[in-house]
Amino acid sequence: MSIDMSQFYQVFFDEAAEHLAAMETLLLAIDLQAPDPDDLNAVFRAAHSIKGGAGTFGFTDITEVTHILETLLDRIRKNELALRSEMVDAFLQAGDVLKSQLEFHRDGTPVDEAAVASICATLHQLSGDAPQEATPAASAPVAHAVGTPDAQGHRYQIEFRKLGKVKLTPLLDELARHGTVTMSDEKKNGSVSVVFDSTIGEDELWEMLEFVVSRKQVSVTQTAAEPADVADDDGFGFFDDAPGVPAADEGFGLFVSEEQLKADREADDGFGFFADAPGSEQLGKAVEPTPASAASAPPPRPSPAPAANAEASSIRVNVEKVDQLINLVGELVITQAMLAQTTAQADPVLYENLINSVSQLERNTRDLQEAAMSIRMLPISFVFSRFPRVVRDVAGKLGKQVELRTIGEGTEIDKGLIEKISDPLTHLVRNSLDHGIESPEKRIAAGKDPKGTLTLKASHQGGNIVIEVSDDGGGLSRERILSKARERGLAVSDQMPDQEVWQLIFAPGFSTAEVVTDVSGRGVGMDVVKRNIESIGGRVELSSVPGSSTTVTIRLPLTLAILDGMSVAVQNEVFIIPLGYIVESLQPAKADVKTVAGEGRVVSVRGEYLPLLALHSILNIEPRTRAPHEGILVIIESDGVKAALFVDDLVGQHQVVIKSLETNFRKVPGIAAATIMGDGRVALILDVTALARMARANDLSTVSA
Amino acid sequence: MSNLAHDTIDTAMAQGGQECLTFTLGEEEYGIDILKVQEIRGYDAVTRIANTPAFIKGVINLRGVIVPIVDMRIKFNLGKVEYNEFTVVIILNVAGRVVGMVVDGVSDVITLAPDQVRAAPELSSSLDTKYIMGLGTVEGRMIILIDIETLMSSRDLELVDSVS
Repeated sequence: MSIDMSQFYQVFFDEAAEHLAAMETLLLAIDLQAPDPDDLNAVFRAAHSIKGGAGTFGFTDITEVTHILETLLDRIRKNELALRSEMVDAFLQAGDVLKSQLEFHRDGTPVDEAAVASICATLHQLSGDAPQEATPAASAPVAHAVGTPDAQGHRYQIEFRKLGKVKLTPLLDELARHGTVTMSDEKKNGSVSVVFDSTIGEDELWEMLEFVVSRKQVSVTQTAAEPADVADDDGFGFFDDAPGVPAADEGFGLFVSEEQLKADREADDGFGFFADAPGSEQLGKAVEPTPASAASAPPPRPSPAPAANAEASSIRVNVEKVDQLINLVGELVITQAMLAQTTAQADPVLYENLINSVSQLERNTRDLQEAAMSIRMLPISFVFSRFPRVVRDVAGKLGKQVELRTIGEGTEIDKGLIEKISDPLTHLVRNSLDHGIESPEKRIAAGKDPKGTLTLKASHQGGNIVIEVSDDGGGLSRERILSKARERGLAVSDQMPDQEVWQLIFAPGFSTAEVVTDVSGRGVGMDVVKRNIESIGGRVELSSVPGSSTTVTIRLPLTLAILDGMSVAVQNEVFIIPLGYIVESLQPAKADVKTVAGEGRVVSVRGEYLPLLALHSILNIEPRTRAPHEGILVIIESDGVKAALFVDDLVGQHQVVIKSLETNFRKVPGIAAATIMGDGRVALILDVTALARMARANDLSTVSA
Repeated sequence: MSNLAHDTIDTAMAQGGQECLTFTLGEEEYGIDILKVQEIRGYDAVTRIANTPAFIKGVINLRGVIVPIVDMRIKFNLGKVEYNEFTVVIILNVAGRVVGMVVDGVSDVITLAPDQVRAAPELSSSLDTKYIMGLGTVEGRMIILIDIETLMSSRDLELVDSVS
């Protein structure tokens, strides 16, 4: 019977990714001068958990790297080595290598073997230049363990009976290749007893035995391996009770035998509780085996406990299930709206109870919807947490000193948005580091703190999530942007307001960087950032104070699934315009509407001439009225282009659940999606960006085609 | 007699026959693979979609799913196009999509044995012969068997993005 292990792989990948992330966070926060032993232990635990999991699934490449990593960490943890910044670098690199190895196992993306080898070598070297107290006994098992990293020692008592003519020597030689064979004395009746210490499993052992002897002739009993005299089986490197190595290195209470635990209590430093104590005192504690101290020492390690708690307080659920739940709740909201509409017509005197119940239902459904939506919400720290690393790496590469501040990491945002926001944010952060924050010399010359500050801030504002990326760098140079724009042949003037000048940065291929660096400056970027953010219904704004700061503000809708919309009517058909695009609605005076070349109509709104798009002609509907002054103009703005959309009536403002048209149909020009109204009918959501583009191209045929 | 009829169905099934839902469009009778049919329902309010061909009536809300509705009578110019309480929509589940199809009426579920099906001759009609799997004969009636999956995902019906 074979169990499909792959079903557990995903769990391992998820967990390993979490451990890696935790490791990275801890490493970045670590204080080189006085590393917190708890943190070191936590890093060690994370590495160890990955190794354990990888070993279980047979991902030996991962176990190898984690093992070396663990060895080094262990020595630091035990204060045998002092933590240095290159070690942290190496650990971070090892984390990256592990990440790529995980990806390899998950998706098959190839691993850079050279990187793996180089990081292993670096880690080896770092753990190798150890102080003298490291005895050969301690390093020997480590060296061996690299070859068989996932090995776990077993001791077998093998008894051969009634061997007759069977020759044992070849078998014993074979066994010796897999472990240590100790012959006990040969007994009279021809039976031989052998003690075999090895890393191989019992099944494997049986296979080897049965090659030579039959099952009847041999009996195998597994006894606990005795670490002290089994140097070979030290796969984990921390079972080594070899003399000279403090017994207290058991970071893992989980694997500690009773005996070792006792040793632990006697030499307590493994727990880090006395790490602050000077060495002499530590020693004093260690040689003080009074019952009191043994009792006061926490029995198993306390640290795994929080991890267990965290597991209990959250469950892993397939996103599809959550989406299904949200969809169902959406349906419920619609049904509730239908019910409310019907009861609204009922006689309030006769149906008082019914009406009360329905209004209660409304409250409950709204709460339920909020609760269901919140399942998809994750704190933005999921995105922010990657930036300490980015900042560290990029700042290091550029020779700048940068401090990263994050504010409002707890702000919750839809999971779908999290995935889509992280790339644009990374880009903005790199941009700030490269172009925004100046080099320490320049900063000192400008009378600023040589260390720049990059701030990431998230907050809720109304129905939006606002994310700000700000730096206290040199700010944007108005002149430079304008001259660059002229160079590129863009229509600009010196009188342009700042806001419009900054918008130029978002033009494709626009870069004012004097030097194209590895980090940025190639001019691809800001336009992509803007496009990505707009594609998820967000907006980007930029503000800058020359010489002191630049702030990029991203406004995002709370979720991708619900949209605030204004419903408008043309004849009896209802359409939804996303509220975010609407500037204002107005009823024009007859004189405000003019024609250009007898055809194109424009409307003057407070001195600005806007193209007039009649929704009825775009969508081929017979309208109630063709005269703009009898209907309503909705002024829309997208990509900085304004247009006036002519509709018959405004119906109202609602929150609508977005339903894709493309699930069962295809993309329709001018239509972004669909939704279901309170009466159960489908209403179409207009694609304002496309409509505005039409206005710009002044070519209605693009949509009617 | 009914026994006999049962027997023929049983033998047809045994011979690897195919169960078909038959429907009418004007005078003609069509058959489609019953496994592609999700449900049959009445015709109700459809939300029109601008700038689509006339046979795409629009979209409906089918228990929260937006489903496009195609009127086969308009597409193939058959039958009287009117919408009343007797108008029938067959909801199909083809190529991973849910699509509704308006027909004149749903008549029967029949089992056709392979020997009851003949290949369609080459002919010119608004329904391309590549969508016709064969012509079945049941009690003197001719049933046009359509490969509904191919038809619904074809470019002719404009239900899928032409890019793909």
